[in-house]
Amino acid sequence: MAERVHKQKQPSDRTAEVSAEAGATTEQGDKLRAELDDLLDEIDDVLESNAEDFVKSYIQKGGE
Amino acid sequence: MAIPKVCGIETEYGILVRGGESNPVAASSVLINAYVNDRSRRVDWDFEDETPGVDARGFSYEDALAPEVESHLVNAVLTNGARYYVDHAHPEISTPECSDALQALVYDRSAEEIVRLSMALAAPLLPDGAELLVHKNNSDGKGNSYGCHENFLVARETPFGRLVAEITPHFVTRQIFCGAGKVGGEAPGFSSTEVPFQISQRADFFEEEVGLETTLKRPIVNTRDEPHCDPQKYRRLHVIVGDANMSEGATLLKLGTTSIVLSMIEDGFLGSDLALAHPVPAIRQISHDPTLRRTVLMQSGSRMSALDIQWSLFERATRYADERGLASVGDQVGRLVLALWEEVLTGLAGDRTSVADIVDWVAKERLLAAYAQRHSIPAGDARLRAIDLQYHDMRPGKGLSAKVGLRTFVTAEDVSRGIERAPETTRAYFRGECLRRWPDDIVAANWDSMVFDVGRDPLRRIPMMEPLRGTKAHVGELLESSTSIADLVDRLGA
Repeated sequence: MAERVHKQKQPSDRTAEVSAEAGATTEQGDKLRAELDDLLDEIDDVLESNAEDFVKSYIQKGGE
Repeated sequence: MAIPKVCGIETEYGILVRGGESNPVAASSVLINAYVNDRSRRVDWDFEDETPGVDARGFSYEDALAPEVESHLVNAVLTNGARYYVDHAHPEISTPECSDALQALVYDRSAEEIVRLSMALAAPLLPDGAELLVHKNNSDGKGNSYGCHENFLVARETPFGRLVAEITPHFVTRQIFCGAGKVGGEAPGFSSTEVPFQISQRADFFEEEVGLETTLKRPIVNTRDEPHCDPQKYRRLHVIVGDANMSEGATLLKLGTTSIVLSMIEDGFLGSDLALAHPVPAIRQISHDPTLRRTVLMQSGSRMSALDIQWSLFERATRYADERGLASVGDQVGRLVLALWEEVLTGLAGDRTSVADIVDWVAKERLLAAYAQRHSIPAGDARLRAIDLQYHDMRPGKGLSAKVGLRTFVTAEDVSRGIERAPETTRAYFRGECLRRWPDDIVAANWDSMVFDVGRDPLRRIPMMEPLRGTKAHVGELLESSTSIADLVDRLGA
């Protein structure tokens, strides 16, 4: 059997661990935020030009 | 002992013709025919063994249900072992049988690329000015839903009643990491003002805990007993409760965690203490609360949040992996899924942004919130609904999910190969390779058999009742050295 320490965490422990790990994810968070800003800059070119009409005309039949 | 979790995904795509007559059945046919006619000779699906009306609880509704498939519509089998067809008013692809969750992810991605290729091939066939829009989503926002179903091989000897009871908590709560997100509410009595944004596309449409239906009164656990393999040994658990995911990580988690939970159930490891008092209201309550703080009543009388329940399932899965191993889900894939499961629960409990590259609803919610803030848009604005829809848009350059930085788990080479070639580790290999090598000699194919024209009467049906036979290891050399379909059939001793 694998030598693995069980992590029987209680909810309160998890919260503490999350705060400790928050710093480690900042770099990833910054990257995602930068990508989101870039997307917001270009999104109006990509979005349907008449959102109201598009949403209204989007009708599907039920499936499965 | 848990049996290998052979699995697959069937996805119905939303379809719309803009600038032309929008008949979804005709549009789906144009889309699929464009692809199938461009490939090799078309081989049709064989309906011989389909019995969608048989109920896992032991009775048959064969006369009570409308025919499942309109057999005059296009319905083809592809060289990668998949089925590509018009189902109701949607184009649908069922991936081939896969031996683990990661392989099924590859084939779900290949299916997306098949749809994109189909769109490109269909474009010139449309009237001037018409455009075909295809979305990998599950709802039109107006109360109409279509599915993304998963299938898992489970042992027939596991009592079905226990399977239903023990899998339900996972099906109700796994949406916190595999929900695709939706603007507005579609459940009766819930307006979009009350539900501006929710976790799942599908949760609003579930009305029963267990049942045979898929189109009305949808159940959390579907009882369709149509194993497409040896019915003495196996069931195919047909899962209709999931959302179609754009995120590879979400698809991997959806299939991977469910495979592990099913293995725990088969081994009697999971237990029934996570049973919910009211699963049907709970699936909506959880979906309608993106803060994830809401608790639901357990049968024990205590209350737990979806995150609490998922942590509990995860901890049991970790213990299961250590004590029993993960052979049934593939050891390496199982370890990958466990690590991702822990990562995603940790992120959802803390810094939500850290899992915006895995969880579709988190990615979508961030995009909606940022857009609304930048343009000072109020809740209920059509532009937010349009962003929601366009997150799932399959047009290259238009799909917003491709632009939000979702993490990838499979290579472009694997996805590209999966368009033409079947998985080598299930019976899909035999189906796909026969089609690729001798398309003119195959009369029809389905999940558990193929019909060959060997050039002399009668036609020969080759049964494939074992999902893990007919692999490359089993039949690769045989296929390689057979000079014709007749030669193959002779060597098979059929």
